[in-house]
Amino acid sequence: MKNCEYQQIDPRALSVAPLSAQSHAEEKARRPRRKWEVFPGKNRFFCDGRLILARQSGVLPLTLGLIVVTCGLFFAFDCPFLVEHLTVFIPVIGGVLVVFVVTSLLRTSFTDPGILPRATADEAADIERQIDTSGSSTYRPPPRTKEILINQQVVKLKYCFTCKMFRPPRTSHCSLCDNCVECFDHHCPWVGNCVGKRNYRFFYSFIISLSFLTSFIFGCVITHITLRSQAGKSIVQAIQESPASVVELVICFFSIWSILGLSGFHTYLVASNLTTNEDIKGSWSSKRGAEDSGNPYSHNNIIINCCVTLCGPMPPSLIDRRGFVPPDEAVPAAPASEMELPPFTAKSDANMCHQSTKDVLERMLNSSDFHGLCPAGTPKTTPLVQEGPASAPAEPPAGCSRPHERGAAARLCRPLSKHSRRDSLHSINPAFRLASPSPSLSRSALILGDAPNMGFVPLR
Amino acid sequence: MAAEFHNLQEMQHSALLVTKVFIQRDYSEGTVCRFQNKFPSELNNRIERTLLEETVKTLNSYYVEAEKIGGQSYLEGCLACATAYIVFLCMETRYEKVLKKISNYIQEQNEKIYAPRGLLLTDPIERGMRVLEVSVFEDRGSSGSTPSSSMSSCSSAR
Repeated sequence: MKNCEYQQIDPRALSVAPLSAQSHAEEKARRPRRKWEVFPGKNRFFCDGRLILARQSGVLPLTLGLIVVTCGLFFAFDCPFLVEHLTVFIPVIGGVLVVFVVTSLLRTSFTDPGILPRATADEAADIERQIDTSGSSTYRPPPRTKEILINQQVVKLKYCFTCKMFRPPRTSHCSLCDNCVECFDHHCPWVGNCVGKRNYRFFYSFIISLSFLTSFIFGCVITHITLRSQAGKSIVQAIQESPASVVELVICFFSIWSILGLSGFHTYLVASNLTTNEDIKGSWSSKRGAEDSGNPYSHNNIIINCCVTLCGPMPPSLIDRRGFVPPDEAVPAAPASEMELPPFTAKSDANMCHQSTKDVLERMLNSSDFHGLCPAGTPKTTPLVQEGPASAPAEPPAGCSRPHERGAAARLCRPLSKHSRRDSLHSINPAFRLASPSPSLSRSALILGDAPNMGFVPLR
Repeated sequence: MAAEFHNLQEMQHSALLVTKVFIQRDYSEGTVCRFQNKFPSELNNRIERTLLEETVKTLNSYYVEAEKIGGQSYLEGCLACATAYIVFLCMETRYEKVLKKISNYIQEQNEKIYAPRGLLLTDPIERGMRVLEVSVFEDRGSSGSTPSSSMSSCSSAR
């Protein structure tokens, strides 16, 4: 199965494609597309690629609706009474908090969490070449881990089958968004996006400000009802006069526990420079492993950890959503049937061999990034292999002629489809692979039937 | 550098060697952006070791500057937090400024040092900061018009 996968990403085969489909290239050149239109992950883009959201936006509309409704009711029904009886600062404070909550929420939802673009075909092939030290065994699974030292501590880097690279430390693949995200914290359905390196501070400020807002509204509503009932009326009468307050009370009461709990939990995470992912998996817990296995990323100082996480420099987005897809790179996404490629290579030599290296390099220096879209080209074939028939195929990004690729991939993969299907079950959900690496490894050993000669790094 | 032109037949027979060498990230100091300063063996006879090492070292120092945690970054962070992060919409962050410097540096290095030797550095930001890609061209004067077609002509010539 893996052999079939490697064939598909053979850079020589893929790189010939642009020359074979010159008519396609001409057609595509007339309509330059932006990279977000061909992004391979499961994301949605708005405002021509400026805003990014997970495809499953979860309950983001509910979150927004709850906040807007509760605050609207608060300002409409409680504030007039409280301004009259207490102070005018109440709606002012409420207003400031609402602004913070809503802007933080929108920033969390619409910011790229730190998605890593998928490896180009050349990179993926290079990685496989590097690990293929055991020789020419035909059925070898790709290696799954690589051990490195970070601050004198051994950390295992896992290989991502979807993105075709060894994941950097603290990076995890989100199965909902089908992307590797740096410093992956968790996928939050309430904000409809992953929380990762780039939007963690927004998420944190969202939950902190929401805690303040919820507590504030809760307190104000209680004060309101108390003040009303103190003026010689019963509580029931007070409630009847202001029914909206009850609605707010109920909403705030039920949400305040979880929000406060979440804020407390994330404050702990920020102070110890951990992610939710690492905390849940117990990666740096002292219970497992050697006695000196602490968190290698922590600065061992609460204040420094907080400052680094919340006030550190804002890293840039790596996926270049609004860049244009170079016309010749868009073509590999088109029919990638490698069988058709050889006849066209002779033509390419005749056409292309007249310039000097220097001209070539100068032109490349002046052009926009020409290989930026290789990731979009290559994984088109692999999702079929990985997901197999078990799941509905990942919805293809717009504009790519996937049926051709699926046909090609199916033709190539049919002899090994049995292996692909079984391994696909492991590849679909990285969480399972991470949680139980050994069983899957032994299973693939059985499938491939060549356990001793595999040449990969065995997992403990 | 004198551009050497060979005729087409000779070039077709000569099996143009075009490959890409990837310099991987060095995670020994955590998740900060750093590239390994290990000289790849494929470039042994293409470029002097010191030149490449100097380039990588300078790039690493640029990244350190971009990700430096100090007074200015705290100020930026606190200002952003205080304005509910709206300031990021108007202001270019320090990281972005340093990235521009890096891309100018890489372009300058390509023009002065790497292109004359038939090599080309690709800005790591275009590869998601995973690798520093060095494209190696057979410096025989004639080549394809894009790296992908060069590689195709290489593979076909084989």
